[in-house]
Amino acid sequence: MKISFEKRIERSKLSVIMVPVISFILALLSGAIILLSFGVNPLQAYTVMIRGSLGSGYALSETLVKAIPLMLTGLGVSISFRMLFWNIGAEGQLAMGGIAASFVALFLEKFLQPILVLPTMFISAILAGALWGLIPASLKAILGVNEILTTLMMNYIAILLVEYLYLGPWRDPEGYGFPGTAPFPKTAWLPRFTGRIHIGIILAILAATLIWFILNHTKRGYEIRIIGQNPRAARYTGINIGRNILIVMLLSGGLAGIAGMAEVSGIARRLCSGLTVGYGYTAIIVAWLASLNPWGILLIAFLIGGVFVGGDQIQIAMQTPAAVAQVLQGAILFFMLGGTIFSNYRVRIIRGLEKNNPGAEPHG
Amino acid sequence: MIKPQKLKVVQLKSITKKFPGVLANDQVNLDINNHEILALLGENGAGKTTLMNVLAGLYNPDKGEIFLHGKPIKFHSPRDAIANGIGMVHQHFMLVESLTVAENIVLSLQSKTLSLNLDRIRQEISDLSNQYHMPVDPDAYIWQLSVGEQQRVEIMRLLYRGADILILDEPTAVLTPKEAIELASVLRHMANEGKAIIIITHKLNEVMTFSDRVTILRAGRVVDSMLTEKTSKEELAHKMIGRKVLFQLEKPQCSPGPTVLELESVDALNDKGLPALRSISFQICSGEILGVAGVAGNGQRELAEVITGLRSVTNGSVLVNGEDVTNCTPLEAINTGISHIPGDRIGVGLVANLPVSDNLTMKAYRQPPITRGLFLDSEKLHKFAENLIRSFSITPPLPEIPARLLSGGNQQRLVLAREITANQGVIIGVHPTRGLDVGATESVRCTLLDQREHGASVLLISEDLEEIIQISDRILVLYNGLIMGRASTAEITLEEIGLLMAGQSLNKYNH
Repeated sequence: MKISFEKRIERSKLSVIMVPVISFILALLSGAIILLSFGVNPLQAYTVMIRGSLGSGYALSETLVKAIPLMLTGLGVSISFRMLFWNIGAEGQLAMGGIAASFVALFLEKFLQPILVLPTMFISAILAGALWGLIPASLKAILGVNEILTTLMMNYIAILLVEYLYLGPWRDPEGYGFPGTAPFPKTAWLPRFTGRIHIGIILAILAATLIWFILNHTKRGYEIRIIGQNPRAARYTGINIGRNILIVMLLSGGLAGIAGMAEVSGIARRLCSGLTVGYGYTAIIVAWLASLNPWGILLIAFLIGGVFVGGDQIQIAMQTPAAVAQVLQGAILFFMLGGTIFSNYRVRIIRGLEKNNPGAEPHG
Repeated sequence: MIKPQKLKVVQLKSITKKFPGVLANDQVNLDINNHEILALLGENGAGKTTLMNVLAGLYNPDKGEIFLHGKPIKFHSPRDAIANGIGMVHQHFMLVESLTVAENIVLSLQSKTLSLNLDRIRQEISDLSNQYHMPVDPDAYIWQLSVGEQQRVEIMRLLYRGADILILDEPTAVLTPKEAIELASVLRHMANEGKAIIIITHKLNEVMTFSDRVTILRAGRVVDSMLTEKTSKEELAHKMIGRKVLFQLEKPQCSPGPTVLELESVDALNDKGLPALRSISFQICSGEILGVAGVAGNGQRELAEVITGLRSVTNGSVLVNGEDVTNCTPLEAINTGISHIPGDRIGVGLVANLPVSDNLTMKAYRQPPITRGLFLDSEKLHKFAENLIRSFSITPPLPEIPARLLSGGNQQRLVLAREITANQGVIIGVHPTRGLDVGATESVRCTLLDQREHGASVLLISEDLEEIIQISDRILVLYNGLIMGRASTAEITLEEIGLLMAGQSLNKYNH
């Protein structure tokens, strides 16, 4: 018996819907086994999870709080993935955005009119994220340096820079040794709606609209589409691939920068340790699960935000070790990503048949 | 010699295979005999390759049955098929360039042991070589081999694995005329030894020289099946495309205008950094077609690329209308009026996964009305595409389907439609009719001649000598990056071109 994968010529409509649903169910089933092994009733755990992430206004607002940075960074990486530029560096671009926004809030705020503080933070964060993305983009465009390595390594620099700043020179002198900067002045707080939901959600929706518009209604989007599907054809037809890489990475890094600003100014209201918790990496999963579709990214980011918040709830409510929630989150992401292979490939199980000649192997 | 007894080895019964939107095979019946070469003739998209992919285990038929030696059988993979003696040589070879012939053949075996007995395999390869008069050096690296030799390795691989029913998809598409003749004799030997050979082709000459029997497919159905000796090219062409074909194109007298494209002692390197073009100089006037003949890999691709800005020259200059465009970017080349029909249609000329409409507008999208400023008007883009689809009769006439779903001929029509619409003076056509059927070939050649009438300067790079002789006004022969000879079409013969292509210098063409 043998299992073979065949590429689907066209994705069937049924598989587009059924694959994520079945993947999710399988994830829950395997999660149940994990939970059982810790002596936790899975049904109870899942109830806690759903209630804790969607069941109340507060729960919903926490889910959105987690979803906002995932939306912004997910949108950012999606546009670079569209043209096969593998930006793994959203985490670092987010960190730089956070640093730039914090710098404005902590050191420039007193020189600015109150109404200009947030816009200045916003623009600095975009610039910082964009410039951080521009470094690997230029290396790729000019010297052909592999962007997967450079964007990833730039993350470590940015993450450690954040730590250096809030533990070192920017540490709050009146903070009783608490690792973080002084709280931002009120003028540097991103307005909130209810709970901790801040206007970052509006920025995320605007960003999705912007990306959808660029992709579908601009010359740039047309070029990105062609580069993404066939770089050789793009070069042949006169498209400047290097310039597109630079522009796309400015946009991609800028969006991650906004996420960084939203985190420091909308949630922590200071620069401290919760900024680089992996949103920029989860963003990659969000972008792929949504097939790089901007509206899909908003939705998937919300769902994954819910998985994160729900996981935390299991830990709190059922006294499980923190690792259980993480294993469960991992299982859900694993199944949902793994499931995408079944939307793109058809699986066939073949029985017996070629026993008569085991020496043969297809060459096609 | 006593004629050997032919036996029916494979019977395809009522094979039906559907793809989204296309009925590729519609209840096809086909008999395959041993001791015989069968030609499967049809236009692009007629369903020949699909049918053979079904037989070779690559596709499952939706309906119908395969009988092998009279017994029904189902193949689930190419491995199943080869285990039952059926093997296929695809158009694109699947060889590892950095390994030797023997190693490539070993690769295709599934050995149970870790140790390799390469010596034994070498011996077996030479035995098979001798048996079928097919010289193959087991120790040569694939990258050292010509395309024709690589094809022999592919055939050898199937023979080694015991195939006695061999399918060859467009076997001569990549061969020089001499290599094609050699292949014909190899196939004849194999048929005499009792193998069943099937060649997929759309070339009528090939059917006449290679085959014993021919089955014609049109639009997924069998039109007719007959003995080759009892038919003619004209009859076959008629059956294949359903109407009469002009074999002789109308070519009006050439009336060249001023010089448009000029190369002056151009040198360039290939992808490996080795010299690919050496001191190439020529001029093309307005209203003139210059044909470039040569065996593949002698600098043709590089020549097209230096003119279109895709490759830089190391020496010399390229001029268009007297303006120096040496080492310009592809966009600058397009803006000086150079159109390019690339040799690699799928890899370079098209974005296979994007809709036909996007593919048609890949050059026009920069200007109004499709874009204004930064913005793209999808409606105008669609309209532009629909117009081209209509005037170049691209079928199916659906701008929204991905370009990969079009047949080869229609994909080439798409590229031509785009390039000719964008054209402002110079057309660089690389193998513009490669892989196309008679009808599509005729339409491409007519289009090029038509452009010439309208004053275009055409550089036609082709491996098809008949095509070069048929439509060019002057001919260059490239060999090893050098111009081996140049002549006007009227003065040179096919044989002389062949000699020049093989690297033999002929004094009278050494201007």
